[in-house]
Amino acid sequence: MGRYVIRRLLQMIPVFFGATLLIFLMVNVMGDPVQGLCGQRACDPATAAQLRKEFGLDKPVWQQYLTYMGNVFTGDFGTAFNGQPVIELMADAFPVTIRLTLVAIFFEIVIGITLGVITGLRRGRPVDTSVLLLTLVVISVPTFVTGLLLQLLLGVEWGIIKPAVSPAAPLDELIVPGLVLASVSLAYVTRLTRTSIAENARSDYVRTAKAKGLPRRRVITRHLLRNSLIPVVTFIGTDIGALMGGAIVTERIFNIHGVGYQLYQGILRQSTQTVVGFVTVLVLVFLLANLLVDLLYAVLDPRIRYA
Amino acid sequence: MPEPPFDDQGAIAPTGAGGTMDLATEEGGSLEHLPGGPLGTGPEKARSLWSDAWRDLRRNPVFILSALFILFLVTIAIWPSLIASGNPLQCDLAKAQEGSQPGHPFGFNGQGCDVYTRTVYGARTSVTVGVCATLGVALLGCALGGLAGFYGGAPDAVLSRLTDVFFAIPVILGGLVLLSVVQSTTVWPVVGFMVLLGWPQISRIARGSVITAKHNDYVQAARALGASNARMLLRHIAPNAIAPVIVVATIALGTYISLEATLSYLGVGLRPPTVSWGIDISSASPYIRNAPHMLLWPAGALAVTVLAFIMLGDAVRDALDPKLR
Amino acid sequence: MRGARHATWAACAMAAALTATACGGGGASGSGVDGVVSASWGDPQNPLEPANTNEVQGGKVLDMVFRGLKRYDPKTGEAKDMLAEKIDTSDSVNFAITVKDGWTFSNGEKVTARSFVDAWNYGADLRNNQRNAYFFGYIDGYTALHPDSGDPTATTLSGLKITGERTFTVKLSQKFSTWPDTLGYAAFAPLPRAFFDDHAGWLAKPVGNGPYTVDAYARGSQMSLRRWDGYPGSDKALNGGVDLVVYTDNNTAYTNLLAGNLDLVDDVPAAQLKNVKTDLEGRYINTPAGIIQTLAFPYYDKAWNAPDGAKLRTGLSRAINRQQITDTIFQKTRTPAKDWTSPVLGTEGGFQDTLCGASCEYDPAAAKKLIDEAGGIPGGQMKITYNADTGSHKDWVDAVCNSINNALGEDQACVGNPIGTFADFRGQITQSKMPGPFRAGWQMDYPLIQNFLQPLYYTNASSNDGKWSNKDFDRLVDRANAESDTAKAVALFQQAEEVLRDQMAAIPLWYQNGSAGYSHRISNVALNPFSVPVYNEIKVA
Repeated sequence: MGRYVIRRLLQMIPVFFGATLLIFLMVNVMGDPVQGLCGQRACDPATAAQLRKEFGLDKPVWQQYLTYMGNVFTGDFGTAFNGQPVIELMADAFPVTIRLTLVAIFFEIVIGITLGVITGLRRGRPVDTSVLLLTLVVISVPTFVTGLLLQLLLGVEWGIIKPAVSPAAPLDELIVPGLVLASVSLAYVTRLTRTSIAENARSDYVRTAKAKGLPRRRVITRHLLRNSLIPVVTFIGTDIGALMGGAIVTERIFNIHGVGYQLYQGILRQSTQTVVGFVTVLVLVFLLANLLVDLLYAVLDPRIRYA
Repeated sequence: MPEPPFDDQGAIAPTGAGGTMDLATEEGGSLEHLPGGPLGTGPEKARSLWSDAWRDLRRNPVFILSALFILFLVTIAIWPSLIASGNPLQCDLAKAQEGSQPGHPFGFNGQGCDVYTRTVYGARTSVTVGVCATLGVALLGCALGGLAGFYGGAPDAVLSRLTDVFFAIPVILGGLVLLSVVQSTTVWPVVGFMVLLGWPQISRIARGSVITAKHNDYVQAARALGASNARMLLRHIAPNAIAPVIVVATIALGTYISLEATLSYLGVGLRPPTVSWGIDISSASPYIRNAPHMLLWPAGALAVTVLAFIMLGDAVRDALDPKLR
Repeated sequence: MRGARHATWAACAMAAALTATACGGGGASGSGVDGVVSASWGDPQNPLEPANTNEVQGGKVLDMVFRGLKRYDPKTGEAKDMLAEKIDTSDSVNFAITVKDGWTFSNGEKVTARSFVDAWNYGADLRNNQRNAYFFGYIDGYTALHPDSGDPTATTLSGLKITGERTFTVKLSQKFSTWPDTLGYAAFAPLPRAFFDDHAGWLAKPVGNGPYTVDAYARGSQMSLRRWDGYPGSDKALNGGVDLVVYTDNNTAYTNLLAGNLDLVDDVPAAQLKNVKTDLEGRYINTPAGIIQTLAFPYYDKAWNAPDGAKLRTGLSRAINRQQITDTIFQKTRTPAKDWTSPVLGTEGGFQDTLCGASCEYDPAAAKKLIDEAGGIPGGQMKITYNADTGSHKDWVDAVCNSINNALGEDQACVGNPIGTFADFRGQITQSKMPGPFRAGWQMDYPLIQNFLQPLYYTNASSNDGKWSNKDFDRLVDRANAESDTAKAVALFQQAEEVLRDQMAAIPLWYQNGSAGYSHRISNVALNPFSVPVYNEIKVA
């Protein structure tokens, strides 16, 4: 187990550098950010040059990347164009987005798995068909349309929620945005659980358990669910990174000042340091979440043992 | 509809004798009788899998409905003038935001363009983006994933890490960064971006199923008979490993169409004079309260299209997955 | 999860009571003179230093936190003495300035001549990277402190001399008779010593001499300003404070206003204008602002600088149905342009609604004739470039293109060309890479006709993005600047503007109004000519 973890951690190193380099190059392709700083007029050449120097933009790209990475390892994620250290932006943004992601994952687990189990056990019945159809509809409508519709209906027409989340972003204001963020994944979790349950319900060990005369409830929770959840856990694990980075749309609609908002601002202002800094952290989250998922495998499935 | 050709290919697989499809199909049968006992189960299974699947699909109303709709969609994508006589680029600001009226069943958008005409013409863009992106992703993903799975070892390690690298970049973020600098008015930058960030999904699946297929006995047999790597990969392994890829690709096609709309909403998707559902949805979204018809028609068309592709993929998966029978 | 709504409300009230930061959106609290207004805001792009702020969002804060020598009247835009007791000159080059007595910063420090001179030296110094440094460009010694290339050779502006505690002199490098009227611009604000001694601390919580103080600032998300009770000026705040809340999308801000969680949204999005009057039952204002939108041309591109160019551009100008676009897309929050300035200048200031005349009137037949005579649109298709990230530019660019296309009877003669980010848009303009006409908006820095003409059309001027150059125009502007009689100077500027018209250097589209919607809670809402809400006059019920 220990050796497996170490091997996985070592494998992360090239992936980490590859991904950060990739995003660094991508942001650099966007061109010179300095001209956007002077409003409707051209920056005077001296100020522009000075700004480039201050943000290290006068160096070749590879050198910028090395310098930046060197700084990251000392905990310095650089400075945004408004003069604020990126690390401070992170301290403001990540708690909000983590809360939003937790709400989303909570919905995925509770609603997704519940619906999946119900439909999986009642394949072909009306419940199954209607839930299945519903998940398809949720997947088909783009998230931003769902978000705008919910915001309009719940927020303005019926006044049930606040249409925009306040800067403090307390949990209760994040319920609807979390649901919107989770919606597509929620549908996938439902379908995944359904398939998995249906598959395992006919397996030998479940039949054996039933034949032994175990109560239905126990068969479902102890035997069926535990084995059926493995692909679901994988999905949710890999989804964490996607949710945190993919909240750009949701955070924009509901005016949430989290990671997606900072990234969006960073991209619009072509602030390399903001974008690369946030993505670096997101990549780390993604990699660690994947590792955790693989380790959870071992817990859920006794057949898997990591050497 | 991809089913019939794959039905054939599934059967070609074992021999790799080349020649015409028919010939291959006939010869395909002969391999079942190769010595080695259980070796024969591979092609036997492959052949019956595809034909069983096809038989299943033909009786599945969901499949027939979605396939018919997709057929209709492709038809109007190629000849939009069949059902829409107007010009989607001709707009009269005097009619901006007006609702439904004779000759203009869906009303007008914020620029006074006919929503019905634009919705019909938008199909072409969405189908092009979806199909091209899926083809690109499938080709690149299968090639890289297949190679990684087939060769294993160092190539696998390198390609798998590369897959992780691209997987780790959030898609929408990548789109915002890459597409915000693009100047082109064609669909190709958007398609290119989807291929660039979409291939890891297929690559992982292709790698997994190639590894499974590689260990099949008939492949080992072909190797023993001295088949070249390329031949084994293309003729023996690919047809047997392709099923999961098709399933995922069909579903992904829908999500690419949806992604195009999201990118347009964020201001980096396709651009005029291209007519697309994404552009129309995003420019109508601020008007959701005042003139919902401008949003609902293109959004509805998009949702139904995505739905059709997902249901198609679902039906194909159900048909291909023997465990669920 | 705390599900219940009243629990949140209670938590907000608690938080507000304890820390006075309030709960953003709906949390603005209090009533009457102590009531706090919650208003929409955008994240300022640059650090909030006076000489570093060049856009409206940062400008809103500076307008609350600082008072300079002059202040533009919120109604008329006229430059009036604020901290200036008197500004004397006999030759339009040397100015003697006396600062009023009794003014302090909110931390108690006295506002003296040094507060201004230090601030201006800081703003002009290349080493400080101030985006608005060029504002000090008229002061003698600027090039030593801010050379075009290389390091500065001075540490102060040689044209500034402190002559007493409250007096200093300014020597300009050229004649500029209306220079004192530019001093209302935020870049000329005084700065306390704290700005220089603890710069990071000051940025985290700016200290100024205006009617409000910064109570808390969560960068990128919210700023809480509170009334400064010790404010010595006459324009004291009539409310307890303002919470500026950042919104990425002003449609969301507007939605939140409708839901009763926000008090003030300035710049109501175009998409909502149609219903704004019924939505808000009249709690909506729409007033002229010193902003004009134009289409500029890339004169560095031969195709757009042909001998028949003036004819082509005039043809395009006449192909645009300004009235219909401003009525439909903007719901009358824009007014079709009839010259190259703005109505806020007033006729005395140089605004003239007959100047453009027929060249700005919609006439598709005449337009097509002119364009055909000029050899048609270069390359058969023109792209109007704009930035897609802010402002609803797409709507009007598409409408302008449709108008041109309809006039020419084609469907793709004109297409929009969105650029993803403002930075990239500006970058491409600076590198002279525009493929055709492009969006050019101008928001005045100070209400003078000079500000609408010289920076935009004078040869090699700072915002002459199309690189238009015309000797007659330059000569007239030079003469106008040297003229010490205001009326004569304005007349000369208008002559220069006629050159613009004859050459159709840029197509004037429309004058932009400021618009704002507000909640039941507040009243006495107004926008100044810079389209910034006059926060200090807002009353809370």
